[in-house]
Amino acid sequence: MSETYTLYNSTVMDHFMNPRNMGDLKDADGVGEVGAAACGDIMKISLKIKDGRIEDARFKTFGCGSAIASSSMATELIKGRTIDEAMNFSNQEVVDALGGLPPVKIHCSVLAEEALKAALEDYVKKHPEAVASSAVAEPVAA
Amino acid sequence: MRQVYLDHQASTPVRPEVFEAMRPYFTEAFGNPSSLHQHGLRVREALKKAREQMAALINADSGEEIFFTSDGTESANLAIKGVAYANERRGKHLVVSATEHPSVMQSVEFLERQGWTCTRVAVDAEGLVNVQELSQAITPQTTLVAVHHVNHDIGAIQPIREVGRLCGEKGVPLYVDCEASAGWLPVDVREFGAALASFSPHRFYGPKGVGVLYRNRRARLVSILHGGVQEGGRRAGTENVPAIVGGGLAAELSLTELPRRISHTAALQARLWEGLQRRVPYIRLNGPPPGPKRISTNLNLSTEFIEGEGQLLLCDLNGIAVASGSSCVSKSLKISHVLSAIGLDHALAQGNLIMTLGMANTEEDVDYTIETFARIVEKLRAMSPMWDEFQRGLIDSVIAPTGRGKSFAQHAADVSGKAAH
Repeated sequence: MSETYTLYNSTVMDHFMNPRNMGDLKDADGVGEVGAAACGDIMKISLKIKDGRIEDARFKTFGCGSAIASSSMATELIKGRTIDEAMNFSNQEVVDALGGLPPVKIHCSVLAEEALKAALEDYVKKHPEAVASSAVAEPVAA
Repeated sequence: MRQVYLDHQASTPVRPEVFEAMRPYFTEAFGNPSSLHQHGLRVREALKKAREQMAALINADSGEEIFFTSDGTESANLAIKGVAYANERRGKHLVVSATEHPSVMQSVEFLERQGWTCTRVAVDAEGLVNVQELSQAITPQTTLVAVHHVNHDIGAIQPIREVGRLCGEKGVPLYVDCEASAGWLPVDVREFGAALASFSPHRFYGPKGVGVLYRNRRARLVSILHGGVQEGGRRAGTENVPAIVGGGLAAELSLTELPRRISHTAALQARLWEGLQRRVPYIRLNGPPPGPKRISTNLNLSTEFIEGEGQLLLCDLNGIAVASGSSCVSKSLKISHVLSAIGLDHALAQGNLIMTLGMANTEEDVDYTIETFARIVEKLRAMSPMWDEFQRGLIDSVIAPTGRGKSFAQHAADVSGKAAH
């Protein structure tokens, strides 16, 4: 075949083939692992947080191409954000940054948002002083 | 990059001689077989020959028992609905195996919404239907039993002769979906005791756009597509003449080549499965082991701790074309109903990959696939939280339990709030 066709757009394919921030963080300050009841995918995000800001992020994903790409993109986007900013993170940011996902795969980006928020909750549980003012955001339903 | 096509269950290339045989029927012999002039009569002869070629492939009595449809799905719809409607006054009960193709399952569901009832007979862990249970499911109101010959997902060969004998004793017509077997395994409708059977030439080096439904003269069948009196009044609509001519030749070539097809694919199947087991830990074969209960073309695999769509994408990027029954591949986000029916653990169904062999595949293709797949599995496992948690003893393997950690299903339920499925 002379031409190559892809299931997803080139940004999604790039993040699937060359995932950014893949792995675990030694001495992570917050770790979140969530699963999608709908399809069975599982995503884990680890965060390093310093002075109220996300210094580093890593992911591991058991899931399809768009789930891997979503978690890769989510970890890219949240690095450098404050906890408050990260609490307001939305899956739509992942979808937009990836240049769109097929409708049936939008839930993969929701899973990335949930994993991030689970990791933040884990951090807040361990460091209640870090977010004295802001309430912990409820994870959105899948 | 080496290109390895391992999805022959989805479709096959048209053989050059088949394509050549079709060519005149597009341009020169373009007539409508229903026309009464030379143009029509010429192609009518061609259809008659194709009917005989199709009949020979499945050992039917004559070409008159062959009806042309557009594809396997239409054949299944015609078989199920056509027999159900024809026997409506006798009874409104159907019996099917739980692992029929969606075209059968959905046709049955359609009839259920119109007042029919249907018994779905369970299959065992290898995917084989229990003939005893099937026998108990048949009632005096049953007007059709549907059991496929070979499963399209897991390659299981059903005890179809036993099923046929049973249906014969009970006097209920049997429809046998031979879509996954015709052209690759002997099909004998008389030996099967089949009243109806279907197959599609594009699965054995013929063209798409034609499906075949065999109907024994004694089985009542009404049309579900209304219009002109084509196909003995059982299927209205102008026949796809070029595809039928090509399909007929593909059937004839298949019959001659059958022993070679079986020996070629069986050798590659054994080599592929043996190599994958050697190179990939925590992998299992779904369905019966290679041998008399499994078609020689199919391997249905579950690789633990990773998901199937990712495997499929990376295979494709490495030139290897495969299929998957994972929920991530399905538009409904559900795992293959066949994998559910054999009771496969959800995590294993998620990690599903289907490889189907054909005549163009070589030993070199198989060896390349084994090595490439082993690398793909390593790459995806490095990304998987489940693999890491297994290494740390937090969750256990389904394929080779260590006795450490909780089950994957339990873990998935814990992190997602409710169980998948």
